[in-house]
Amino acid sequence: MSKVIEGLLYSRDHEWVKKLNEEEVLIGITAFAANQLGSVVFVDLPEAGDEIVANEDFGAVESVKAASDLVSPVSGEVLEMNEELEGEPELVNEDAFSSWFIKVKLSNSEELDDLLTAEEYKATL
Amino acid sequence: MSYDKLIFELSKPGRQAFSLKKPSFPEYDVLDLGKHLRKLELNLPEVSELDCVRHFTNISKKNFGVETGFYPLGSCTMKYNPKINEEIVSNTNFKNLHPYQPVSTVQGALEVYYELQKALSEISGLAEFSLNPYAGAHGELIGLMVMKKYHQSKGNFKRKKVIIPDSAHGTNPASTVVCGMEVVEIGSNERGMVDLESLKSVLNDEIAGMMLTNPNTLGIFEEDICEITKLVHDAGGLMYYDGANLNALLGKVRPGDMGFDIMHINLHKTFSTPHGGGGPGDGPVGVKSFLSEFLPNPRIRKLDDYFYIANEADTIGQISSFFGNYLVELRALTYILTLGKENLMQIGGIATLNANYIKESLKDDFYLPIDDLCMHECVFDGLKDNPHEVRTLDVAKRLLDYGMHAPTIYFPLLFHQAIMIEPTETESLQTINEFIDVMKQIAKEAKENPELLRKAPLNTPISRTDEVFAAKKMIFSYKDYLDYINSKE
Amino acid sequence: MFKYFPHTKADVDQMLKTLNISSIDELFSQISKKVLLKNEYDLKSEMSEMEVRDYFKSLEKNNQELVIFSGLGVYDHYQPSVINALTSRQEFLTSYTPYQPEISQGTLQYIFEYQSMIQALTGLDVSNASMYDGSTSAAEACFMACNASRRKKILISETLNPNTIEVIKTYLKFKEYDFEMVANKDGVFDVEDFKNKMSKEYAGVIVQNPNFFGFIEDYEGVADFAHEFKGLLIQNSDISTLSLLKSPAENKADIACGDCQSLGLPVAFGGPYLGYLATIKKLVRKLPGRICGYTTDTSGKRSFVLTLQAREQHIRRSKANSNICSNQSLLALYVTIYMSLMGKKGLVEVNNQSYQNSHYLYERLIKTGKFFDNFNQPFIKEFTLETSISHDLISEALLKSNIFGGFSLNQISDRYENLINFCVTEKRTKTEIDKLINVLEGLS
Repeated sequence: MSKVIEGLLYSRDHEWVKKLNEEEVLIGITAFAANQLGSVVFVDLPEAGDEIVANEDFGAVESVKAASDLVSPVSGEVLEMNEELEGEPELVNEDAFSSWFIKVKLSNSEELDDLLTAEEYKATL
Repeated sequence: MSYDKLIFELSKPGRQAFSLKKPSFPEYDVLDLGKHLRKLELNLPEVSELDCVRHFTNISKKNFGVETGFYPLGSCTMKYNPKINEEIVSNTNFKNLHPYQPVSTVQGALEVYYELQKALSEISGLAEFSLNPYAGAHGELIGLMVMKKYHQSKGNFKRKKVIIPDSAHGTNPASTVVCGMEVVEIGSNERGMVDLESLKSVLNDEIAGMMLTNPNTLGIFEEDICEITKLVHDAGGLMYYDGANLNALLGKVRPGDMGFDIMHINLHKTFSTPHGGGGPGDGPVGVKSFLSEFLPNPRIRKLDDYFYIANEADTIGQISSFFGNYLVELRALTYILTLGKENLMQIGGIATLNANYIKESLKDDFYLPIDDLCMHECVFDGLKDNPHEVRTLDVAKRLLDYGMHAPTIYFPLLFHQAIMIEPTETESLQTINEFIDVMKQIAKEAKENPELLRKAPLNTPISRTDEVFAAKKMIFSYKDYLDYINSKE
Repeated sequence: MFKYFPHTKADVDQMLKTLNISSIDELFSQISKKVLLKNEYDLKSEMSEMEVRDYFKSLEKNNQELVIFSGLGVYDHYQPSVINALTSRQEFLTSYTPYQPEISQGTLQYIFEYQSMIQALTGLDVSNASMYDGSTSAAEACFMACNASRRKKILISETLNPNTIEVIKTYLKFKEYDFEMVANKDGVFDVEDFKNKMSKEYAGVIVQNPNFFGFIEDYEGVADFAHEFKGLLIQNSDISTLSLLKSPAENKADIACGDCQSLGLPVAFGGPYLGYLATIKKLVRKLPGRICGYTTDTSGKRSFVLTLQAREQHIRRSKANSNICSNQSLLALYVTIYMSLMGKKGLVEVNNQSYQNSHYLYERLIKTGKFFDNFNQPFIKEFTLETSISHDLISEALLKSNIFGGFSLNQISDRYENLINFCVTEKRTKTEIDKLINVLEGLS
């Protein structure tokens, strides 16, 4: 039932990473993660200008029954956070792969090599 | 028609429900406070006395109490709350004593505190108790503070990690973090108990101690408890006992004898003080004698026949304004005196008998993950034969339709469809058999008519609530509510 | 047989048969004989109700109910008769935390009403379902500020109640956070000292109004100053006085905390009391404790439910805002009924009469020439004086007349060497006050 989209990179913590260009990526959570959480009621995100570090917490997603930390798949500077999610967090459940959380400028693009392909991620589910 | 009014909706300007004396000194005017006065309008209701009484009486009818029916919440110990406890609080002068009154005028009050802490010491096998923590979670925090301070006093500043089983109640890791320490989580073996090899692998000189509930949150007695406490002690750590499940041990085992150094007790569970809809409780913390200097201030001490209040130097500090929820302590002492040693000795046995009886009677209908002797509570992991994949939530909600409170659900986290049932020793065989019959009936309904469960409850004041709406709209006050209603128009 | 244990021998036998065992002891067979109790508890034997009553009657005799003329954070206000009648209803008294909302609308609705009234009194946006007491609430408020600002230090006004200060210090110490005290000048919060100390290092400042001496403080410019450094203002107040005094919202406070004991809760030898905690919308997710929200059920009926539980310990575990589990629910009901009965008029009248009574006492004491006010600060019901009479002599003489008052602050800390505390609520009559004055006038 859980969609997995080709062309994106994935982390073991159920996040997807979309390369926009050599330096910038979008990050969100997968449909599997959104399903596990149930109806998302709040997304706690860092602000533009904040630094994030690979494998460290950078925020949280909250549903009625659970709260899940967001573990960063990459390091870099947050350029933008998706403000739509502030008023409409349920978009994450509607279409997890379109609901990006943050746009990041990578500080070390080699970190992308540590992430999983769509096939590899599917295998973990 | 179900009563549906908020107190604010009964309000009419000019109504009054209070009667104060006439002012004695009208020559003084509070308006002299001038710039210090509030300008913001104060929106509190204005109702008549009868309106007020009817309002709260009517909303009370939407509640379910221990005296309404069976209340088998696992780990909550919803035993009968004796009325004599309430009478003692109402009919004596303890409630009219100011905590700062001269000690000579409160000797009776101090004696209550002293006698209760002595009784708890005897029951737990620990040397001394402070009754100051206000609740179980508060007691955990204080117990951890004692643990941390102990190690600091020995110069072991590295010891800041606390071992906690993954089956533990959420307050355990939360309290650890509030105390400035780190959680080291270990898993359970296939019988739901602490895995000794896992435990050994995490013991080192950074371990402050271990927090354990026994019986554990699966209702199972940790058979290797003596070995566990020895391992932790040998590694230089202390053992903390979470007293949530103490009811199972009354008359059978004392935490101090199992090797625990620190513990908290929930008076509102084990010692029958009423839950009050979510408090007040009281979470006394007990310690072995080598730790008693660290207990929180103020202390209550006795010299010859005289009681006095002391603030001692090596304490962790103050964690409450005074002596804890004193009137709750008064109730607990009343309970202990009423039962006496003979009956306190019976509690663990009867509670355990009741839980095992339920376990045996329901294991054909509900899946028993660990088919072993349980103690005062038993844990099932959802329905056994479940072709329609009915969830534990639906079972719980359907139980409400039968006039019983649901057991604890989705805890412990180890079992995804957990149902934790604790009958306590104050329930009759009749009530227990009724519960068993109802649960079997629900299991049958789950197979024959699952929609009934999914829509349940149908016979309660309200049906299932929209929790997503509540979390998103965040309407937490009448003011928010009015804003919301107005915005819809 | 015992009255709380319903099983007869026949019942037990039947249950043992179902379990295929011959005695209850067999249920404990996996427990090592090393730890199984061999003897009975060394406690008193079972007591009948009559004996229990006698026991406490005799203990009571060693207590003395006094006419209360001091406060120190615990106030002897009038308790309406309606309250006990309602709070002793078993549906309120014996029920558990409202995790099954379908059968707990009673509890959930009064919590919602409680939250509404605290919101109204503080003027801030959201109140939680209550805390243990004012002191622990203040400690949690400090943690909230540290959490929100990501700082590990906080400023504490010296004029806070010493119990509150001690509790905050304990909590901060174990969390390995730090604090600095802001001085008191003429018995009130020293705004200059605060401005000198406030920096980006501090999460903010916690103040108390009325303060421990009973004096009313002025926070003009304090919140703005703290905000310049992205710090927060926490105001700790006796909630009853907020019916009259400038609210935390008007002071631009970010968090309001304190005790609700003054809302008709008995003095109860120290507890149970009731802490409150309220904050601005922006910080709602940082609030510890339970919160009740409005929603609807499947048929659209207005309903209430505990919400935002993902912040709490049972879900978030080590990442929770706090470890708090219980609130003081029944006490929240108690004060909600009190505030419903008193309403805005009654609450103001309570404080008005307390004001009048205390100012009458104050003036008469000053007139004796043996009591001095070196602070000259405004107050509502409580004030602090110095005196030329020995403090021991005062308490002895008052005790002889069955009065508790003129409490020597020296007993709490030597910092308060010469100070004594008086508090007069609406409960005190002119006769009682005159008697107090009489006794003191006779001393030298």
